[in-house]
Amino acid sequence: MIAFIVRRLLQSIVVMLVVALLAFSMFRYIGDPINQMVGVETSSEERAELRERLGLNDPMLVQFGRFAADAARFDFGVSYQHKKPVSELFADRLPATLELAFLSAVFALACGIPMGVYTALRRDAWLSKVFLTVSLIGISLPTFLIGILLIFVFSVWLGWLPSFGRGETVDLGVWTTGLLTVSGWKAALMPSITLGLFQMTLIMRLVRSEMLEVLRTDYIKFARARGLSDRAVHFGHALKNTLVPVITITGLQLGSIIAFAIITETVFQWPGMGLLFLQAIQNVDIPIMAAYLILIAFFFVLINLIVDLLYYAVDPRLRVDRATSAGH
Amino acid sequence: MARPVLQVDNLTVEFPTRRGTLRAVDDISFRIDAGEVLGVVGESGAGKSMTGTAVIGLLEPPGRISGGRVQLEGARIDHLPHDQMRRLRGQRIGMIFQDPLTSLNPLYTIGFHLTETIRTHTDRGEAEARARAIELLTEVGIPAPAQRIDQYPHHFSGGMRQRVVIALALCAEPRLVIADEPTTALDVSIQAQIIQLLKRLCREHGTSVLLITHDMGVIAETADRVAVMYAGRIVEVGPVREVVQNAKHPYTEGLMDAIPKIGGRTEDLAQIRGTMPRLSQIPAGCAFHPRCPRAFDRCRQERPELLDAGASRAACWLHAGEPAGAGTGRGGGERG
Repeated sequence: MIAFIVRRLLQSIVVMLVVALLAFSMFRYIGDPINQMVGVETSSEERAELRERLGLNDPMLVQFGRFAADAARFDFGVSYQHKKPVSELFADRLPATLELAFLSAVFALACGIPMGVYTALRRDAWLSKVFLTVSLIGISLPTFLIGILLIFVFSVWLGWLPSFGRGETVDLGVWTTGLLTVSGWKAALMPSITLGLFQMTLIMRLVRSEMLEVLRTDYIKFARARGLSDRAVHFGHALKNTLVPVITITGLQLGSIIAFAIITETVFQWPGMGLLFLQAIQNVDIPIMAAYLILIAFFFVLINLIVDLLYYAVDPRLRVDRATSAGH
Repeated sequence: MARPVLQVDNLTVEFPTRRGTLRAVDDISFRIDAGEVLGVVGESGAGKSMTGTAVIGLLEPPGRISGGRVQLEGARIDHLPHDQMRRLRGQRIGMIFQDPLTSLNPLYTIGFHLTETIRTHTDRGEAEARARAIELLTEVGIPAPAQRIDQYPHHFSGGMRQRVVIALALCAEPRLVIADEPTTALDVSIQAQIIQLLKRLCREHGTSVLLITHDMGVIAETADRVAVMYAGRIVEVGPVREVVQNAKHPYTEGLMDAIPKIGGRTEDLAQIRGTMPRLSQIPAGCAFHPRCPRAFDRCRQERPELLDAGASRAACWLHAGEPAGAGTGRGGGERG
């Protein structure tokens, strides 16, 4: 178990280094950083001096080492457009994105799993057919369209929910949260549904097909033959076996929820990392782009690591115990 | 005569399909007395497993019992509501499936399986159920049960898992156990052990057994009586000695001849020509007549019911001439 975690951690570090290299190369190949920083009237001597002072004349490897070491301490330099440390900008924006992603994931799981179970157990019920039809819409409609439709109905038409922003937030020191105020919740409702809808339909369909598969297995038949209640068979035996693949997909999806928040954040003007990133692209603000790339990769790696550990918690076959080798 | 543990009368199981309704089990009747082992043999698709599944009420839709009666200790069980039928399963009828490797949920310990089943059928608490589980594991011959109870199915070999499955089927002391090919997935050396175990436990607890298998050897060793199935019907039923040594139906004869004998002089193993018809293409008259070496006109036109033939009964016109057998009428109710 320890060996497994160590191995996974090492792999994660390699992945992070590769991503850091990609981010680093952006500085080298998307324009000249000096040009981004100085005005037109700066003389070439001044430019050369600045180049020397920033260490841009050092060998590549040294520069990359410096970049990676700084990145490991969450120091990504100073934003060109905001003239503020990138880490500070992200610290302001990160809570907004993570809260949005968290709410979307909770929404996707809390609706997707029960709907999947229901449609698997009651295959012929009309409600199952409704769920499946709706899920088809959820899968095929692009996110921004759903967001715009929601804004149209609930903000423009009915005027119930705000169409942009985070509402009132409460500052908890390092974290500003919108989850403690009514207006924060109201503002979060539509963006999280928009962001989570696709994941929800995906999870629902996945749970449904896995559950149908599991319900056909011999151990479910045997569980029925032992006279267990439907509840015990469906939720004790079938659902737990269904969850193994669901955990993987959900983990991967959580990563993409954070990454795809860009679109939703743009539609709802949600002050998160995605919005910051989009503005950075428009202004060729490379430190922010690099930091965003590394942060997203970091979340993916972290989530994958957690998913792998969850497997161990759910599936005993993966636990290697040397004390008891297989029977006789 | 004592009340039979299981009495099945004119049981018919049908599967509606787009191309018409298929009869997987066609009008069969049999009974099992207390402590008796009834073997059911036949080729794949003869309706053996379907019969067992129908008795315990686990037919998968769209399959359904379309006719006949199933009585357990005198009470009809084929029309029980879902929840009552569920309570009866495991409690009064146990079932053992073919593949012990897939019969247990890989995510739960052996102990969880056992205590869960025990607690479903009795009002024992967790600790008592666990104690009972360890007892049961001892009874089915699992060494060091107190340690192994907390292990997962993948820690057990196939034979050991089948022992656990037997413990699970017997844990509420059911009156009847349906064993559907209990040894087919096991090594030959383990098969004998499992059969011995099943026999011993059922004798000790007075449990009756419906033993479904295609292995005549297992039947000969275990069963008191045997029913031979072909194309959804029982073609011969009788005491196991009689059926094995003195088969009355040409199909049973064919089955017996197809068993390889050590020291036999024949180079080629005898086989029955042709294959069993599909359910959608069962011929008129006796379903076996196209393959039967002794078929005559009547076989092609009229379907034979079970007729008395010595100590057993056979659904074959060859025995129509014998006295006191003919004319039992439709249903061919077996006298047992």
